[in-house]
Parts: sequence; structure tokens; C-alpha cells
Amino acid sequence: MPDLSETMVINGVAIDDGFAEAFPMAGTAIQITAVNEKWALEAARSMTGFATSVIACGCEGGIDKALSPAETRDGRPGVRVLFFSFDAGGLEKQVTTRLGQCILTSPTSACYADLESETKIDLGSAIRYFADGWQISKKFEGRHFWRMPVMEGEFLCEAQTGVTTDGVGGGNLLLMARTTAQALAASEAAIAAMRKVPDVIMPFPGGIVRSGSKVGGKYKGMMASTNDAYCPTLKGVTKSELTAEIGSVLEIVIDGLSARAVADAMRVGVKAVTDLGPEEGALRIGAGNYGGNLGPHHFHLKDLLP
Amino acid sequence: MTGLTFRKRAEPEERLDLSPLTPSRLAGLAEKEIAALGIGTSRMGLRVGDVFDVVAGDAAAIRFEGGSPRFDRIGEAMAGGEIIVEGDAGARLGRMLAGGRITVTGSAGAHAGSAMTGGVIAIAGDAGDRLGGPLAGEMMGLKGGTITVGGDAGARAGDRMRRGVIFIRGNAGEDLASRMIAGTVVVGGRAAATPGRLMKRGTLFLCGGAERFASTFVDNGPADLIILKVMADAFAKGEVGEVPFDGRPMRRLGGDTAVLGLGEVFLPL
Repeated sequence: MPDLSETMVINGVAIDDGFAEAFPMAGTAIQITAVNEKWALEAARSMTGFATSVIACGCEGGIDKALSPAETRDGRPGVRVLFFSFDAGGLEKQVTTRLGQCILTSPTSACYADLESETKIDLGSAIRYFADGWQISKKFEGRHFWRMPVMEGEFLCEAQTGVTTDGVGGGNLLLMARTTAQALAASEAAIAAMRKVPDVIMPFPGGIVRSGSKVGGKYKGMMASTNDAYCPTLKGVTKSELTAEIGSVLEIVIDGLSARAVADAMRVGVKAVTDLGPEEGALRIGAGNYGGNLGPHHFHLKDLLP
Repeated sequence: MTGLTFRKRAEPEERLDLSPLTPSRLAGLAEKEIAALGIGTSRMGLRVGDVFDVVAGDAAAIRFEGGSPRFDRIGEAMAGGEIIVEGDAGARLGRMLAGGRITVTGSAGAHAGSAMTGGVIAIAGDAGDRLGGPLAGEMMGLKGGTITVGGDAGARAGDRMRRGVIFIRGNAGEDLASRMIAGTVVVGGRAAATPGRLMKRGTLFLCGGAERFASTFVDNGPADLIILKVMADAFAKGEVGEVPFDGRPMRRLGGDTAVLGLGEVFLPL
């Protein structure tokens, strides 16, 4: 049984004296616009699909926020999406592949850089050859674009976007509740609040993970396996971190362009869960770590209390 | 610290070569040393002190109080800093400019911005022939940077330009952007003769139309392209300033098919 002697309780929700252990990642941001919000979102969702975990997907990606026409480069509705990977090279490969298959192909879309940095990765410069010699390079006012004739008309894409190596992947919250319905309610409340924080994404479906993992497993070649310490059905048969009343645990994983952004997202997430209270939501909030020896970023829950 | 000022005493009797008077070449020179620099182009051997009163100041910001169509080669090969000409400038203004900014409150002579690779030239009045064009024997004209002209431009502006932006608020002379390799030219008024003749790539915006086009240009019809809006907005916020198109559809011509044929001309619908 976990030692809960140091646990704080806010509005009836217990908060572990623990920390989330996170890792440096290369991150980037791009802006996708379209004729209306529906098509901007279609393109963004398509591009950020199958981008939940860098281990199996090659990158982690998600929608940071919807952009009003006043916020976009071409005055149309848009979406800002973020991608993270272990290094800039891997990030470029993933982003350009997804750009070519999901944004280039999406009706009325255009794509622009949305992160200023000295280090760049290719966007349009990587996919321009699709235009088969008809691509047009335009450089003006310090920016570089590629125009590619397509059947619909013309696809406009900025040549490159910035990359930061100050990105952080793996910020997390573990929301423990009596029932799955309550764990889901707490998670949804946290996600709704965290989506208002800029420069972060929660890359899993709806921002929520039902199958948190530990490093490795009993079977050869498994990089990750079920986090048995937090599985309610394994209480009593494994070294469980759960008390008797916990019947379901959901996790929220956070990636951000900076450690501060991740901390801000975790802070508002904790507040949303404690505001909801234990009757409708979680009984307890924890965070996942690997003992503190693997990741340089430690987000202590006691520093993130509302 | 105020800028280094050259106050014109009287109209010179010969054309002057002012290429020595750039920020990098004047940095660290005393007033007397500057006054002794040779700028004449005849046997008279004119020196700076013969034509200008020199008022010492920061060489990174040079001001000519009083210009002249005989003031040639102002800002040649300048890589940074600023030059302001209060009045007219002569030939080859800002030729091979690599950085910084040159502002002329009057008009400029031929070959302004020739072979320039970066920086900004802003001419409030008219520009002479071959704005941004190459000298005889050179393969490329403008290779980068921005040139704005408040009035009209002479013949063959943008000849053989490779990159960069030229904005002519008024009318363009004969054969604008002839042999253009790439880049962007915006004309607020009308373009004379056959604009874009033998252009390989590049973009022309002829907001006041053109006298005629070579028969080797083909009509693509109305084009509703995002790049028009992105360009207009970027220009408005940047060095070029407000341009006479705003992202609404324009008629697009492709050409010149006598050569590569990847260039384009946008006209009002």
C-alpha cells in the first residue's frame, strides 16, 4: 500500500507528495488554415492522428488551439498544432510526412510556420517536388513560401518552421477515482482547463490515457507494458499504488514547448480536478515518475497546488 | 550621436562618384580625412571638401543635405547602416547593396539597385531606366532586398532580376521585368510596351494593366489564390508598404512561354 502520510487534501481530493518526471524533446509549431474552421480542424486532426506516443508513433502531436482569422497569416480560420520528437531530425521526418499526406491533400488548406527559432526544419521545402517542376518559390519580407499547383487550385506552404530543443515531453497527472465514470469526469474537467494553456498538447485520445505504462516488461523486446501498480484489478497481486476505494485510474500526458508551459497546464489541471471534488470526480491525484533518475524535469505536485 | 552629414554647397560641375561615402568606409575617419576623399570623375580631382561641408557624426547614419542627379554611386556595396539623400540621386544608387537602408526624397537615375543582394532602397520620386537591372555583361540584376519607388520607373525595371521585390507606385516604362529570372514586381500604375518579355519565372502585379503582352503569354483566367492575400498583408506590414491588391481574385497570365514559361502576371479582373 502507498504511504499517504504526506498527502495533502484539497476540497476532499487527496494529492500525492510525488512528481511527474519529464524529458527534453524537440518541439515545433505550425499553423494550418482553411476556408472555414471545419476544414482547418479536419486537416489538423488528420495530421495529428496516430501521434500519441513517440515510442510507437515517431512523434507526439496535437492541437494547441483554434485560431481566429485575426490570428492567422492569411486571414482565414486556422488551427495551431504542435509536434514533439526526440530530436529535430526525427521531428522533421514525421512533420513533413504528415504534411504531405494530410495537409497538402486537405481541401483549401494552407500551412505556415508558427514558431520562431534559429534552428529550422523543412515544411514546404521538403514536399515541393510533388509539384513536379511547377512549384513556385516566393521570398518576401523575410519569409519563404512554396506554392504548389494542385487540382483544387494552389497549395501554399511556408518553406520552414522553427524548432525548439527546450520542449518537454511526459508531464503527467494520474487521476484516481472510485469508478471509471468519475475518473473520466475528472479527466475531462482537467482537459477542458488545460486546453486553455498555450504551447501545450495532451496527445492521447481526447487528451486522456486509459493504459498508462511502465518502462519495459516481462516479455523480451517490450519497450513499455501496463502500469500494473495503478491497475485496479491487480490490487493485492502486485505492488499496488492504489488504496482499496480506487476503482479506476486515468492519466493525462502533457507535452509543451517549455517546462513552464507544462507546469502551467498541470497546475490548471490539478485545480480543475480539485474544484470538481471527489463525489463527481477523482479521490486522489498522483503523478508518474521513474524514480527521478531518467528525466531532468521534475514537476512536483506540491508546487502546483491551486 | 547624430549622423554624419554632407551639406551640399552648390551644384557640382561634373558627375561625382560617391561610392567612398558608405558607413563601413567612413567608420573611424576624422572629418579632415573624409573631406580629403576623392569623389571627382574628371581631371579636376574634386574632393569631398570641395563639394560638401562635412558635419561629423556617426558614420552608420549618413545624410546628404541636398541631392543632385550628378551624385552617382551613392551607397554602393553598402552592407549596413543608413543613407538618406535629401533631394535627387544620380546613377547606380545602391548598386550591389547588401544590407542597410537608402532613402531618397527625390528621384534617382539609372541602374538604381543594380545587382543588389539585400537591404532596402526607398525612392520617393521617380527611378531611371533599368531599376534593379544588371550592367552590360552581367548575368543578373536584383538578387535580393526591396526597392520601392513612389513615382514612375524608366524602361526595363527588373531586367534579369533573380530575387527580391520591386514596388513601383506609379507607371512602369517599356518592357518591365524583361528577361526576369525570379522575384516579385508590383506596379501600381500601367506598364508600357511588353512587360515580362522573356521572363522565365517570377511574379508581376500590374495593377493598372499593361499596354500589351507578347503573344507568348497565355491567359489562365481568374485566380483566387491565398498567396495574394498573404503577400498583400506581408507587404503592408513590411518594407514595401500598402500595395494596390488585397487578396481578391485577379486575372493570371502565364509566361513567357518563349522561354521557360514559369512566370506569372496578375492583372485586375
